[in-house]
Amino acid sequence: MTLALDTLGRLESEAIHIFREVAGEFDRPVILFSGGKDSTLLLHLAIKAFYPAPVPFPLLHVDTGHNFDEVIEFRDRVVAQHGLRLEVAKVQDWIDDGRLEERPDGTRNPLQTVPLLDSITQHKFDAVFGGGRRDEERARAKERIFSLRTAFGQWDPKRQRPELWNLYNGRHRPGEHVRVFPLSNWTELDVWNYIEREGIELPDIYYSHEREVFLRDGMWLAEGPWGTAREGETLQRKTVRYRTVGDGSCTGAVESDAADIHAVIAEVAASRLTERGATRADDRLSEAAMEDRKREGYF
Amino acid sequence: MSDLLRLATAGSVDDGKSTLVGRLLYDTKSVLADTLDAVHRASADRGLATPDLSLLVDGLRSEREQGITIDVAYRYFATPKRSFVLADTPGHVQYTRNTVTGASTAQLAVLLVDARKGVIEQTRRHAAVLALLGVPRLVLAVNKIDLVNYDEVTFSRIAKEFTAHATALGYTEDAVVEIPVSALAGDNVVEKSANTPWYEGPTLLEHLENVPVEPDPHDAPFRFPVQYVIRPRTAEHLDYRGYAGLVAAGTVKPGDEIVVLPSGRRTTVTKIDTADGELAEAAAGQSVTLLLADDIDISRGDLIASAGNAPTVTDDFEATLCWLAEKSLRPGARVLVKHGTRTVQAMVTELRDRFDEQKLSSVDSPASLELNEIGRVALRLAEPVPLDDYSFSRRTGSFLVIDVSDGSTLAAGLVGAPLPLLEDGVESCTGGSAAAPDTHALVSPGP
Repeated sequence: MTLALDTLGRLESEAIHIFREVAGEFDRPVILFSGGKDSTLLLHLAIKAFYPAPVPFPLLHVDTGHNFDEVIEFRDRVVAQHGLRLEVAKVQDWIDDGRLEERPDGTRNPLQTVPLLDSITQHKFDAVFGGGRRDEERARAKERIFSLRTAFGQWDPKRQRPELWNLYNGRHRPGEHVRVFPLSNWTELDVWNYIEREGIELPDIYYSHEREVFLRDGMWLAEGPWGTAREGETLQRKTVRYRTVGDGSCTGAVESDAADIHAVIAEVAASRLTERGATRADDRLSEAAMEDRKREGYF
Repeated sequence: MSDLLRLATAGSVDDGKSTLVGRLLYDTKSVLADTLDAVHRASADRGLATPDLSLLVDGLRSEREQGITIDVAYRYFATPKRSFVLADTPGHVQYTRNTVTGASTAQLAVLLVDARKGVIEQTRRHAAVLALLGVPRLVLAVNKIDLVNYDEVTFSRIAKEFTAHATALGYTEDAVVEIPVSALAGDNVVEKSANTPWYEGPTLLEHLENVPVEPDPHDAPFRFPVQYVIRPRTAEHLDYRGYAGLVAAGTVKPGDEIVVLPSGRRTTVTKIDTADGELAEAAAGQSVTLLLADDIDISRGDLIASAGNAPTVTDDFEATLCWLAEKSLRPGARVLVKHGTRTVQAMVTELRDRFDEQKLSSVDSPASLELNEIGRVALRLAEPVPLDDYSFSRRTGSFLVIDVSDGSTLAAGLVGAPLPLLEDGVESCTGGSAAAPDTHALVSPGP
């Protein structure tokens, strides 16, 4: 055991420190958990932070209904394995009772905001852990580790507090909450290197596999409950993998032969496209798309 | 095994800081194709002939419209040698707030000056704030060297002037490096420039890759703010009671004698636990869980410290405040102080001096402290707290001042931390309770 920590050791230690600060200062924290790699990493770090005690928070999944089966299966297995409590807020329920309307383009990612905020209010969650990283997108580069949200879930750049040393100020008014991002300082490559080092299991779709896909806006989309190829788009069998998993209607696969973690790391290290730019249609809508969604209360 | 360097950048408007940071990201191939395409498109839309690298880092729409950056932004890049976390701190109106934020965690700061203007007032102010915050190393990037025809004499004059200023602030000469660069053209940022044959030093990136990273204070006495008590209450761990935290300073081994503050109870460490197994030793920077020999009452907010070298427990102390809020600070203000893992009520009993970062002098007994001003104050706490001097440990010598009513962060606080003044004896410690003449020493009243 060397006393000088390497990059991953420092990032891990910082994330554990953040989890413990929240456990010490908030009444009702929750971890957003979709079964994707960032939230799986988040959960792994939470488990380490409170070992040998169980994680003292429940999990929350805002389910668009446009999920990959493999991811939902993985989500439920992880929850059972660690004896965790999972709340699921289904976008479909909000559509069924008229609180939300399906968008013309069928994409449900932007529809997650309302069920998320409703769930936060209903359960009185005061700290909400997310897997956001500052390297993902320019509008996130100024995000705090403790990000204050109004009672409407909104992010007001002017009310964000300076973050000094490793002293986090989580004070908030009743009804407000704080989004907490323990992975703020991680890069995509750090995430993969850590997943390898810790032997963290992920849903299979992160590794290359054959799938029926069609090309839309330069992305390989799979068919599913969210729809299939339109006229002029043809389904073809490709060897692909996913770099992010989200709403199936707007999460694209990338062509890849990377079948295991080592191959994925080699691919990410040599990659020419950012994770979000490559595979998330919803970030492409406008240059400031992420900034707008953050103001609305999406991550 | 790569290590991590945390750095901050600081500079005035138009020094080309965003371009320099954009250049570092671009030349270390940290910018990926789609991001770069977007910058090329946006530059072309504005009728620019070459891509504007500052667009890589200017994030929020409001600031892109105004062409300025308004908040600290974090950037990430890596080389095979090191990973870098860069706090990009804008250098105009809110400069103190931003510089203090970036500097609070930085192991090194890169200051920018325009070679045509040299060291200006704001350079001196920034350097003073960086010195006060204890950033161990400085780099002066003399930018736009192409616009002075790569003139060695101009560079040497600026370098000499800056070294003199940094030395006055307490930096040793080997902690300060000046580099002639052109962020726009790329000279000496990543690649050595053919235009500055007279410059024999490293490029900016070479320096960042090779500069010794100040280690966490391993040889300092042990400090461990307790964050959380871990009690599984499971059949397997029925009597487990662990104290979770991040080692703030020093090292700890099983068998070490410790004291719990503020109670003063003593015991020994029996085990250092982590999810990866027990450790034979833990050091500053590591998140661990301590198990102790005696079942004593310890909770979040307590500090576990080396029994042989513990901090002073006091409810009355002097500190330097960097005031970060719109509302001004006046004597008698009631606030919250968050120190380590403990938050206590406090009163600012006295404003002693206001720092003039330009002249490196101070103004006695100011009526108030305003946004972005730095001053020395006396504080009284509702309950005693174990305090280290900031110069001993940035982690246990720092605190936040928080607004009682709306919870906002009002100030960055540094325990002790005398102002970096040019002349001695400016500070007066008259009256008050047991103020020590040496401002380095902690005020430590009786019981």
